[in-house]
Amino acid sequence: MAAISREEVAHLARLSRLAVTEEELATLAGQLDVILQAVAQVGEVTAADIPPTSHSVPLTNVLRDDVVASCLTPQEALSGAPDAAEQRFRVPRILDEDVAS
Amino acid sequence: MTDLTSFSAAELAGLVARGESSAVEVTQAHLDRISAVDDRVHAFLHVDTEGALDAARDVDSRRAAGEPLGPLAGVPVAVKDVLTTKGVPTTAGSKILADWRPPYDSTIVRRLRAAGTVMLGKTNMDEFAMGSSTEYSAFGPTHNPWDLSRIPGGSGGGSSAALAAYETPLSIGSDTGGSIRQPGAVTGTVGVKPTYGGTSRYGLVAFSSSLDTPGPCARTVLDAALLHEAIGGHDPLDSTSIPAPVPDVVAAARLGASGDLTGVRLGVVREFAGEGAEPGVLAAFRAAVETLTKLGAEVVEVSCPHFQYALPAYYLIAPSECSSNLARFDGVRFGLRVGDDGTRSLEEVMSATREAGFGPEVKRRVMLGTYALSSGYYDAYYGQAQKVRTLISRDFTTAFDQVDALISPTTPFVAFPVGARTADPYQMYLADLFTIPSNLYGGPGISVPCGLADGLPVGLQVMAPTMADDRMYRVAAALESAVGPFTPPAL
Repeated sequence: MAAISREEVAHLARLSRLAVTEEELATLAGQLDVILQAVAQVGEVTAADIPPTSHSVPLTNVLRDDVVASCLTPQEALSGAPDAAEQRFRVPRILDEDVAS
Repeated sequence: MTDLTSFSAAELAGLVARGESSAVEVTQAHLDRISAVDDRVHAFLHVDTEGALDAARDVDSRRAAGEPLGPLAGVPVAVKDVLTTKGVPTTAGSKILADWRPPYDSTIVRRLRAAGTVMLGKTNMDEFAMGSSTEYSAFGPTHNPWDLSRIPGGSGGGSSAALAAYETPLSIGSDTGGSIRQPGAVTGTVGVKPTYGGTSRYGLVAFSSSLDTPGPCARTVLDAALLHEAIGGHDPLDSTSIPAPVPDVVAAARLGASGDLTGVRLGVVREFAGEGAEPGVLAAFRAAVETLTKLGAEVVEVSCPHFQYALPAYYLIAPSECSSNLARFDGVRFGLRVGDDGTRSLEEVMSATREAGFGPEVKRRVMLGTYALSSGYYDAYYGQAQKVRTLISRDFTTAFDQVDALISPTTPFVAFPVGARTADPYQMYLADLFTIPSNLYGGPGISVPCGLADGLPVGLQVMAPTMADDRMYRVAAALESAVGPFTPPAL
């Protein structure tokens, strides 16, 4: 039995913000199914009482002294932007006009 | 005069320091070599001719002024295109960053400049460091100098191929599941994954943040150690950087080169010394184990029962982190933007941008990670993989109670032909079978050439406890002194 359906793969593509084509969807569904069946092997391990590891070194919050240091200028920060206006990243409209008004 | 490209980094630094060659001569020799062979190898995505010659002139004038020079001053280095370089293109092998020139240097690159090394350019890689062959680069594959019809490993195939092609004596890679060690093995070069947190990730384009580790690549163990020392150590700009000095890897490499391993206990990982690897790889590995014994090491067999689950655990953890990290490529702050014609919403522009900018392997992993993290599947996939990660770390710590370091083949198979594994993504994943456990545990690993199988290089991997990087350098240098060097046929 397949681990993942084509409809689920289409849903994943939307969640992942990938406008995949129909042909890609068919290929991806087959490939993801093979991969998921293989990685599901982790379920064979008895690990109910085992604590999870998110990181190999102990993580602690790292703070620095609150001193002024040099940083990127607005021009440098915007230098790679596909579109910029008035020292800001310009993006497509995110609200409908009637909602925004 | 002998061709300057045939020297090691340590030798080149000596030539420059003694004034027998200028840094400009050394740099020009390597730039000429790149011009002569890189149309066939394609190790480089960008060659920074002017920047390299400027840096070399700076070293020469500092020497002329009597200023003290570091141990690698004037030595060329190539940098995997996953580390930011101020004003120099940084693509991570992806179309989505094809035209990006970062406004800042990564810590590794900043330290390379401070050490007086000469950056030749940026090397080819699988897109966002996801792959084992460099075939997933958006800019075409790199070819293995041992046989141009074969892959150079990945994801850092460009950095390792550039060494094997004598285009550079040093290069930088990044290792998330084997991306330094596996290309090292299949190109007959040395590749080191330092202890996680031992090298800074600041300015490293993130793939899987709990696993990504930048590290040195070279043709000799001593050169790798010198480069490791130059780039390693605590960095306040990386909150996961370990606040401790770099282990004395250079002294360990020099000690190992004496060829005496008396008193060193090595463990052969039983689970990686049998089935799962090609016969030629196993034969070369067994011969290397005999050599290590002759050098005085005591070799025993050690079982790490959970290592067989490292590959599936990794292919849940790494894609999960990647799906989160790659969310930043949204067509807003840098890189490509597609479909912004005034009729599409922000979400539609993001989806069109990512569809056009990402290649197939990146899409697979982003979607796989999105799946593994979604509610309903989280416990069975990502949560379970994190528990398996704990068990793999425990296998390591139990093993290191018995032995100083673990050894295995670096990779199950020698360099395969271009195109042989791209149709079946999971077959590609198997290339990292033996290298992944160290990433999950966080400890260091080195691949050192140990022999040939059918005329192609085989690597031996040495794995050490966290922050005991020096141990593996000693073992690798001893093996190198007994078996090396392995030189590819002339290009």
